[in-house]
Amino acid sequence: MSELSDLYQTVILDHNKHPRNRGRVPQATRVASGDNPTCGDNCTIYLRMDGDRIGAIGFEGAGCAISQASASVMTTQVVGKTLDEVRAEFDGFKKIVTTGEEPEEFSESAAFAGVHAFPARIKCATLAWHATLDALQKPDQPVA
Amino acid sequence: MKDLSRLRADFPVLDQQVGGHPLVYLDNAATTHKPRSVIDALSRYYSEDNSNVHRGLHALSMRSTDQYEAARARTAKFINAAATEEIVFTRGTTESINLVAQSWGAANLKPGDEVLITEMEHHSNLVPWQLITQRTGATLRYVPVVGGDAEGGLDLAALDRLLTPAVKLFAFTHLSNTLGVTNPAADLCAKARAVGALTLIDAAQSIGHEVVDVQAIGCDFLAFSGHKMAGPTGVGVLYGRRELLDTMPPWQGGGGMIGRVEFSGSTWKPSPERFEAGTPIVAGAIALAAAMDYLDEVGRDVIAAHDRELGARAHAALAELPGIRILGPRVGEPRGGLVSFAFAEVHAHDVVTFADQDGVALRGGHHCNQPLMQKLGLPSTTRASFYLYNTPEDIDALVASMRKILKFFGAA
Repeated sequence: MSELSDLYQTVILDHNKHPRNRGRVPQATRVASGDNPTCGDNCTIYLRMDGDRIGAIGFEGAGCAISQASASVMTTQVVGKTLDEVRAEFDGFKKIVTTGEEPEEFSESAAFAGVHAFPARIKCATLAWHATLDALQKPDQPVA
Repeated sequence: MKDLSRLRADFPVLDQQVGGHPLVYLDNAATTHKPRSVIDALSRYYSEDNSNVHRGLHALSMRSTDQYEAARARTAKFINAAATEEIVFTRGTTESINLVAQSWGAANLKPGDEVLITEMEHHSNLVPWQLITQRTGATLRYVPVVGGDAEGGLDLAALDRLLTPAVKLFAFTHLSNTLGVTNPAADLCAKARAVGALTLIDAAQSIGHEVVDVQAIGCDFLAFSGHKMAGPTGVGVLYGRRELLDTMPPWQGGGGMIGRVEFSGSTWKPSPERFEAGTPIVAGAIALAAAMDYLDEVGRDVIAAHDRELGARAHAALAELPGIRILGPRVGEPRGGLVSFAFAEVHAHDVVTFADQDGVALRGGHHCNQPLMQKLGLPSTTRASFYLYNTPEDIDALVASMRKILKFFGAA
């Protein structure tokens, strides 16, 4: 069970059960969705931009504990950041989930280090990040 | 139930540990394992006979040709086709269905025509029909499934309304890979015939699990794969009634399928060569015949009974778990050897990853049934599917693993 307890850390179980920033954002200006077609995970990200920075973020979707917790944790980390800054954050996150190396500074993302032992699940962990980067590259327009 | 546990020893791959536990392989609807005799047939062919077929005059080529054509005859016998020429070797079910869609469909469908399929089709019996109806201007319609968990199977009253003379072809699965329900193939074919529609059956899930007799069923086309019936990957079969195949244009051109080739144009061989352009799947077909021998030695009726027994046992045991939703027939109703289920609080991915740590191989996802899953309001399900080498103990291991998962996620 040790690899499994690494994969499903308390942080992940908590975010899965009690997701942060779940739902649409009022006056959202950008939206993007991602699918994991092999398994049916999906994630839609809503952003309200504040200049070139994320003013508010919310997510909708359904999927496994890893994908839902990752979306929830991510939304707590990107507010106030620009596209380039989110890219840098995502690079750090990808390193965690592909190598299992935890970052030096404290971050809830460290909870996802166990994913590296389950390569099939990396896509679950990165789904929301990809949708957020997609949204950040779109022009601002009212989201219906 | 008849004890088939001695057969496990025929399947070398089953003799291994996963995550420190003996492998419990319950992903047979995706692919089955291969008995030693099938692996040996592949190895023997490449070790002793390997050569290209049909146009060679040397000893190895003649031996290869003889074995390849013997495999065709074996296949015809396996499904009780009226003639060996009605067997076309393909890469699998998907290619068989695409062949009919691209060849028969392109030549025969026009605006105003309809192709009828069902809501429970695998993507392989859905997307090819979307492609060809979009190309020809024909209309694709779906027979609905009944019930919030699809427990009612096909809506036969709706089928009667939908089966009009506009329907040129009715394609349906014999045994649903998601629901575990068997459709009444002979009845459905008779209904289609009454309005002049051709029929195509996706037998991918049934062919290795029960006797499938194309003449008794009365279908026009039947498609299946080798790898879901103890045979190798990369080989499958299209059965088609001879008079139909011989009127269908080629769908791929190349060597082996031509009568005469001139710069100004070419003529085609009759079926089955017309549909086997290029070097055919020689080793695969020969090993597929070995798989058919193996299944008939065990007895397809015996396998069918074993499947149903395991399916019913798993269904009854899983139904006891809290927050579980099981698709397809209700407990006590006929069910094939598979169960798809979803927990209210644990996603199928998490279930499959957990079970894998216990050595239990399951499948989680939409099982190539995305539109059906959408209709049922499920993003994904977990599926356990059985074959002749599975035992009641495998189901005990499955249920024990599920209980552990529910406990871990605080759902039980």
